[in-house]
Amino acid sequence: MKYYDKLIFELSKEGRKGYSLPKNQFPQSPELPLQLRRASALPLPEVSEPDVVRHYNNLSQMNFGVDTGFYPLGSCTMKYNPKINEEMAALPGFNALHPLQDAPAAEKVLAHMNDLLSAITGMHKFTFAPCAGAHGELTGLMIMRSYHIGRGDLGRTKVIVPDSAHGTNPASAAVCGLEVVQVKSLENGRIDIEALKPLLDSSVAGIMMTNPNTLGLFETEIKTIAKLVHEAGGLLYYDGANMNPLMGVVRPGNMGFDIMHLNLHKTFSTPHGGGGPGSGPVGVAKHLEHCLDGLKVSGFHGNFGVILRAYAYILSIGRENLRKVGQYSVLSANYIKESLKDLYKLPIEGVCKHEFVFDGLLNDGAHDDVPGATTLDVAKRLLDYGFHAPTIYFPLLFHQAIMIEPTETESKETLDAFIAVMRQIAAEAAQNPELLHAAPHNAPISRPDETAAARNPILKWQDTLPA
Amino acid sequence: MAAYLPHTEADIRAMLEKVGLKTLEDLYSDVPQEFLHRGEYDLPEALSEQELREWLQGLDAQTPRLKVFVGQGAYDHYTPAVIPYLTQRSEFITAYTPYQCEISQGTLRYIFEYQSLICALTGLDVSNASLYDGPTAAAEAMMMAVECTRRKTRVLLSATLLPHVVKVVQTYAKFHGVEIGLLPADGGETSLAALQAELAKDDVAGVIVPSVNRYGIVEDHSGFAEAIHAEKGLLVEYCDPSALAVVKTPAEWEADIAVGDAQPLGIPLCYGGPYVGFMAVRKDHMRKMPGRIIGQTADASGRRAFVLTLQAREQHIKREKATSNICSNESLMALWVTIYLSLMGPDGLREVNNLSSDGAHYLYGELLKTGLFEEVFPGKPFLKEFVLKSRVSGLQEKLAKAGFFAALPTEEGYVSFCVTEKRSKADIDALVAAIKEG
Repeated sequence: MKYYDKLIFELSKEGRKGYSLPKNQFPQSPELPLQLRRASALPLPEVSEPDVVRHYNNLSQMNFGVDTGFYPLGSCTMKYNPKINEEMAALPGFNALHPLQDAPAAEKVLAHMNDLLSAITGMHKFTFAPCAGAHGELTGLMIMRSYHIGRGDLGRTKVIVPDSAHGTNPASAAVCGLEVVQVKSLENGRIDIEALKPLLDSSVAGIMMTNPNTLGLFETEIKTIAKLVHEAGGLLYYDGANMNPLMGVVRPGNMGFDIMHLNLHKTFSTPHGGGGPGSGPVGVAKHLEHCLDGLKVSGFHGNFGVILRAYAYILSIGRENLRKVGQYSVLSANYIKESLKDLYKLPIEGVCKHEFVFDGLLNDGAHDDVPGATTLDVAKRLLDYGFHAPTIYFPLLFHQAIMIEPTETESKETLDAFIAVMRQIAAEAAQNPELLHAAPHNAPISRPDETAAARNPILKWQDTLPA
Repeated sequence: MAAYLPHTEADIRAMLEKVGLKTLEDLYSDVPQEFLHRGEYDLPEALSEQELREWLQGLDAQTPRLKVFVGQGAYDHYTPAVIPYLTQRSEFITAYTPYQCEISQGTLRYIFEYQSLICALTGLDVSNASLYDGPTAAAEAMMMAVECTRRKTRVLLSATLLPHVVKVVQTYAKFHGVEIGLLPADGGETSLAALQAELAKDDVAGVIVPSVNRYGIVEDHSGFAEAIHAEKGLLVEYCDPSALAVVKTPAEWEADIAVGDAQPLGIPLCYGGPYVGFMAVRKDHMRKMPGRIIGQTADASGRRAFVLTLQAREQHIKREKATSNICSNESLMALWVTIYLSLMGPDGLREVNNLSSDGAHYLYGELLKTGLFEEVFPGKPFLKEFVLKSRVSGLQEKLAKAGFFAALPTEEGYVSFCVTEKRSKADIDALVAAIKEG
């Protein structure tokens, strides 16, 4: 990766063109009335096609993707994105389909996907409208509220969220007009059932859970939790961000969940695209099917192009390989955990699922007399060795959280190389912590000044500093 | 499938040994037995890559290949070849959200460019890194208006907004606890008189109006901002960003927020998505804006660098106090429109508008000449999209058989047409001939 310091605007030269349009064969249409016309200048860059190609190629070379190297970002399921799926999503017929057109073939894809996802999850019916995981959460909570309101049960305004939940869970609940009640975790990382019981009254709409939870631990008391919540009249929402380890092994529908979302860009291998487009279809149990009616959460049919990729993925996995996805993702996570737990703090012992959390290095730099380094330092040093960093400082249960999710598409050789580097970094932290504090040393840039960025926001080219 | 799973039998044995387990099933020993799915999954057997390709190509071949003459929120503009070529680069498409900024400067830089371009089009001060689509961007603006004005509880939507925008905003509002009022149209445009009457009720947090509306009419919002600001509400303009090259900008209308769908900037129709929503605001509202924002700063050696910034606004910090749950953006689609706007430049984008508008006006005239249509809003200015009253029943179905997607019936009983630069004079003449033949 090499540093490249241009913005497209800086390549602009008046009169240069990067487009080619057909000749105008029509009589000129009437001009817009003056008061409806744009009066201000249109400061778009004027560049040639070769300028554009070279510029964005140069930008791409300052980026790290799954195709560049190992990307153990916890809770993000950075698995390999199969290339055939890209080609299938670009098929000319689907690409040219207007969303308001009659499209039997596209409807067939959606109907087939509905059946496939229902088979994998044990849910009854999916909506494909949500464009992302958080969007799916919001949609799922709308369904939860619709269910209660539809029964005339108007007082259910609270949703229970574990303290280990993804940040989007409480935010989605708040946007959906629900009050968030937090339930704490036990020492063993699981939901505290005794703390949950008193919260379950007639004001509870439901609980949002991810299982395995964000510590990568299976909620072993899920049956009891489902029973308690259902007895109290609430519903169970499953955050499908952590579905990967359950592929082919456990179906959320069988555990008592009434509503769930899936992240097609995690579990079903569609590329993350630098932060989207994703797709967050929401599945419901049979007794909630009617709540999908009239719920319009996005413009048309969701991110159809992403759904096509996930469809291709499921067809290529097939019945006989589904279980391998879950099993190998879990095997890889446990393999890394067991290979590093003598140097990194493992707060909770035992078999994890697709991911696990260390609470920083044993030498975490918190004690002046012992050389060490923080989780941030470890993460930045990993970049020097050609690995993406894990998710850091999440979940919030631990101060120095390092959340590692390898996925099933990484080889043992890659995992061994990562383990070796993590051990090397632990050694560096003890011998030369300064090396880590100043990392990365060979990325395109060194650590930027984030405080200055927030204090003096420069948010567009040639920005005058807003007050 | 095995192609994506590098585990050999020997690897699995060695890894199991390291973790102290005998079988892969032991990895799930903590899962209650009753939840382990014992039966066969109801899925087809794995397809080889060739079989998969043939299956999907077969489905694709069943899609009707119609010439598109409809817009209504999804516009068939041309996609230059450079865009899919560049957006398919592994380093862009297989990256996650740019959390590790030192190895994500490519993503961060193009989003910064995207923000700059959205500000250039709208004339407003600050853009976020993008949202899901136009309708959800409008819903975010609705919630933001309430958050910015606090004691105000109602948001007005113009009845001339595209139907899918109205429905999505209504859905969000119902659950977010925001009352929605619909502003009736007068002569096909948002009515200033109706707006003033509603504003007098003193509870209006914001007003969302279309710059170019569901009938294709370029609306005149003279006096809107003044009236709304006098009552301390926010003016939100819903825009087609392609049209902003030629129509009055949100900034020129003195709007506080601009939202819309950037799909018309070269994103394929693809049955409705992925598209990309945009939002730009005046700088006074910057800290209430949802979504990611990229800012410029310097690294330790003083080189220009870009980072995620102003994160105190975001869901992962605010959690249950959040007023938006947006986590990611539609990054790759933001790259898509960034490259599109770079290629088109100011002249190209104006030319796209001219070609589309000239073609649409030509079609409008030719349709009237058939004697089978009546004008609905005579004299109202439009660009690429318009509605007429049709005297032919079942016109859309008839045209579909002739190879056209056109004359989409609207809620009001009109038929809607749209022409982009992709439609030649020959295409239009063929459409009109098909209509005449009935």
